[in-house]
Amino acid sequence: MDTMRDRFITTTTRLLDEDPRLALVLAEISRDGFEGAARAHPDRVVHVGIREQLLIGAGAGMALTGMRPVVHTFASFLVERPFEQVKLDLGHQGVGGVLVSAGASYDWPAGGFTHMAPGDVALLDTLDGWTVHVPGHPDEAEALLRRAVTGDDRVYVRLSLQSNGVAHPVTGGGFTPLRQGSAGVVVAVGPTLDNTLAATEGLDVTVLYATTVRPFDAPGLRSAVGAGPAADVVIVEPYLAGTSTAAANDALVDLPHRVLGLGVSREELRRYGQLEEHVAAHGLDPDGLRRRITGFLHG
Amino acid sequence: MTNTTHAPAYGYDDLHRLMSLMTGDEKHGPAATSTLDTLWVLYNRVLRVSPATAGAPDRDRFLLSKGHGPMAYYAVLAARGFFGEELLPGFGAYDSPLGHHPDRVLVPGAEIGSGSLGHGLPLAVGSVLGLRAQGLTGPRVWVLTGDAELDEGSNHEAIAYAGPAGLEQLHTVVIDNASASYSRPGGIAARFEAAGWSARTVDGRDHDALYDAFTAPHPGRPHAVIARVDPKH
Repeated sequence: MDTMRDRFITTTTRLLDEDPRLALVLAEISRDGFEGAARAHPDRVVHVGIREQLLIGAGAGMALTGMRPVVHTFASFLVERPFEQVKLDLGHQGVGGVLVSAGASYDWPAGGFTHMAPGDVALLDTLDGWTVHVPGHPDEAEALLRRAVTGDDRVYVRLSLQSNGVAHPVTGGGFTPLRQGSAGVVVAVGPTLDNTLAATEGLDVTVLYATTVRPFDAPGLRSAVGAGPAADVVIVEPYLAGTSTAAANDALVDLPHRVLGLGVSREELRRYGQLEEHVAAHGLDPDGLRRRITGFLHG
Repeated sequence: MTNTTHAPAYGYDDLHRLMSLMTGDEKHGPAATSTLDTLWVLYNRVLRVSPATAGAPDRDRFLLSKGHGPMAYYAVLAARGFFGEELLPGFGAYDSPLGHHPDRVLVPGAEIGSGSLGHGLPLAVGSVLGLRAQGLTGPRVWVLTGDAELDEGSNHEAIAYAGPAGLEQLHTVVIDNASASYSRPGGIAARFEAAGWSARTVDGRDHDALYDAFTAPHPGRPHAVIARVDPKH
């Protein structure tokens, strides 16, 4: 099975052949994978070296001339390091682009905290007009990427090595109901789905699957909690815990409700090791999720 | 966006009056503004852009990176007919398109919004890349920075990339009023030259010298003009 990043490379290489408006801007990361695309489209595959402020600025400048830039590096260097460029060169200039990150929250735990970006989606939440896709499978990543390149808007696609066993259709922007229950609603975002399904096995809960988290599918969540007098909602996110809690609160503003936001904890672990060890350390493995979800629902 | 009237053709001698519409200041002439002569020579003699071609794909682009103190820029845009002078007295007001830093979404003719230093050069690099990728090798892209603005590291990412990348369509004019806290004589031109740019240093008040420097050939390389004006301090 290829990774989401592998699929990003093959898909974008094909899209560059198909769409003359498309440009790819790189800063060393994934450069090898795009060698063929760079040979085929030397003016539309741009490599700026290890210069992430220029990475965003150059992509935005291309957008100012009418191109559709796809801009790619690790999440920490795509969103966090050049955050003001993301805010001003894209948002304030009123142009769009597709930012595609790799690395996610802890795809390379042995690399340590410098290569972890659990706060990327929360940072983008401070800005207006961003669509945020969090695919949970390479097939979903391809479908979301193909959708993202067709527009003129600002889109963030968060790729990860963490992946679910099977892909789900990502035809719309709304959350997909996978299970129906009456004791609460659990929203699983992207690659947290498999662990969330395992954690809620046998529980009387509705499970929604989200690959597009911004805009947040407020009508979908409101509909899923049903017509009862109150609602309990759990959101399981593969990035900073609580990132979507405010959005869920807004969706349920007309109803007494509780929201439990699960995700990557704020505290820096200072641990290396394997991805699975970090998933467990943040309580995002099936046992950790089940313990906290049942505790919340019975609390 | 407001683009009300077709302004009459103004000359350099009108700029003082246009600026005073914003500042209410009759005492200080154009010499008080370090960017005015460069802006005038560019818009009057160098840039191939007009209100009629402000949206044309093959226009020349001018990116004001040093967005602070934009009165001279607004005066020149008004003088060249991008918008009417009746907008100038509203400078900085809530419902005016003319802020103390320009916003491209609001100001007719403005290619970028600026204010935070160090964003223009990377955007200009991208503009050249975008034009080139569309086969538009004729349009030239100009970006104006201040000498102290070059303190920002983002500029150096752009300078260091653009030289080796051979972005011939890229032009930078640095208004050097010696406002950087740390600098060395000749350091600005040397910085550009070390990155493979063509560079010229000229008197930023001498229109013919500016014109010659702006239009000097620089095959295969980006071009920097350091326009020296009276020191700020």
